[in-house]
Amino acid sequence: MTAPSLTIDGLTKQFGGVRAVDDLTFTVRPGAVTGFLGPNGAGKTTTLRMLLGLTRPSAGRALVGEREYAAHQQPGRVVGAALEASSFHPGRTGLAHLEVFAPQVGVSRSRCRQVLEAVGLEHAAGQRVGRYSLGMRQRLGLATALLADPPVIVLDEPTNGLDPEGIVWIRRLLRQFADEGRTVLVSSHLLREVEASVDEVVIIAQGRLRHASSLAELRTRATPAAYVVAPRPDAVTALATDRGWAAARDGDGLVVDGATAAEVGAAAHAAGIELHELVRRDVDLEALFFELTRPTGTDPEAAR
Amino acid sequence: MRAALLAEYRKLVSTRMWWLLLLVMVAYLGFVSAAVSATFVFVPEGSEAPLVGEDAARATYSLVNGVGYVFPLVIGSLAMTTEFRHKTITQSLLVEPDRTRFLLAKLLSVVPIGLAAGVVGVAATVAGGAPLLAIRGDGSYLGDGDVLAGLALGVVVVALWAVIGVAFGSILSNQVAAIVVILAFTQFVEPIARVVLSQVDALAGVASYLPGGAADSLIGASFLGSAGTVDLLPRWAAVLVLVGYAAVFAVIGRLTTLRRDVG
Repeated sequence: MTAPSLTIDGLTKQFGGVRAVDDLTFTVRPGAVTGFLGPNGAGKTTTLRMLLGLTRPSAGRALVGEREYAAHQQPGRVVGAALEASSFHPGRTGLAHLEVFAPQVGVSRSRCRQVLEAVGLEHAAGQRVGRYSLGMRQRLGLATALLADPPVIVLDEPTNGLDPEGIVWIRRLLRQFADEGRTVLVSSHLLREVEASVDEVVIIAQGRLRHASSLAELRTRATPAAYVVAPRPDAVTALATDRGWAAARDGDGLVVDGATAAEVGAAAHAAGIELHELVRRDVDLEALFFELTRPTGTDPEAAR
Repeated sequence: MRAALLAEYRKLVSTRMWWLLLLVMVAYLGFVSAAVSATFVFVPEGSEAPLVGEDAARATYSLVNGVGYVFPLVIGSLAMTTEFRHKTITQSLLVEPDRTRFLLAKLLSVVPIGLAAGVVGVAATVAGGAPLLAIRGDGSYLGDGDVLAGLALGVVVVALWAVIGVAFGSILSNQVAAIVVILAFTQFVEPIARVVLSQVDALAGVASYLPGGAADSLIGASFLGSAGTVDLLPRWAAVLVLVGYAAVFAVIGRLTTLRRDVG
């Protein structure tokens, strides 16, 4: 499958006095799952809505392959999108919901049933959507996106409301889509939610791009650290300086930056330094994510 | 366009709302029609019947428009406003980003339902009114060509109302507001305006250009009075006026609601 890539180019959206999306530029390549990350209100949904032609950009453009979404002959066949878990008519059955949108993406009624089975909703095909749980709505949204078996898949917070089993299921599905060569863009406000399934990350906050790279590259930015309590803290400080680590007082103990807890423990043991506590204090991906998405121009303490 | 029409048609028939409204429409029209025919038939000793003969029959049958038009209007407006209420507009515009085509498909898709509502509504009106007219009055006139033409045009009028309802819903996309305005307009504003206008000689002609007046003109009868006492437009003009309302509303809706960002 040769799937088109997505190009976000200088995209900007101004709502009155608020700049919801500010000169955003990034690309999404086929054959990978790209996580589109940022805190709530960062501008993720607005960006996706501009990508899909629902919202008009104030400046810049968003392309699916060579052209804008709406300029495609049958855009629903190119991009399968699930934007929110609530956009269903509650009086329609799950199957009827799919059948409503089937003609415009050029699929038959039997395909609707097939997709419903694929997302595990065959038992609820004839049930009104008003009686669906949030997790079932997420699955129905995904089924809608998959109707035409599209090369590009865009999902906004697909794990919201899913049970743990469902989250594992969707991770596997995303992985499979990428392996099939599709272009997959998944938004989330939590890196942890998608960490297991994304190859690429695009992190935004306050409408601006904060970071775009592979997940592996982001990982290299994470640094190990350990928290140590020792009866002779000065000995630990000296040891850390000796090894090229940074040590700083933190309450009753010290935080040693640049070393894993195991490394600190081994070094202290070798030097005959007594330790009373040794705890991992790595700057992990999640902490890095919070660091990257912290509001700019404000002191994090003052921002609270 | 075919795909868009099919999608819109499926949207309509996959919910229960429209046929619940049809059910209420049948019951309501049957009752009102029987009640109005009774006023023509049971006339107190010494006083004159408000309408007699064919005029009484035609005025009774015109209730499908004069009283019934609220139903197709609501059905049509629901077809549009429900998209906004339940946010299905998002998915609708994802599969059909051409918003003009979306609106056209929506306008046309209610025609079959509108015609069905027209047939059912006319049948209910005749079923409610004809028996009393036939038994106690001057006859039901169901063999009369003009009366039958009026009945057939009543079906067309109801379908046109459904289309106007969609166009109106595209302007006022808030479902509750749209229904409130339709109820207020059809039940109070327009009937009162038509009566008041008809009392003022200089303005009497204006009443027939109001949507309900134009629709009565197309049927060729009004329950507000016999053909001689109520100003009615020629049929061709009445069609133009009704289609004009739908077109103007749709254009306004396209340039306002459907031009905005969705979401």
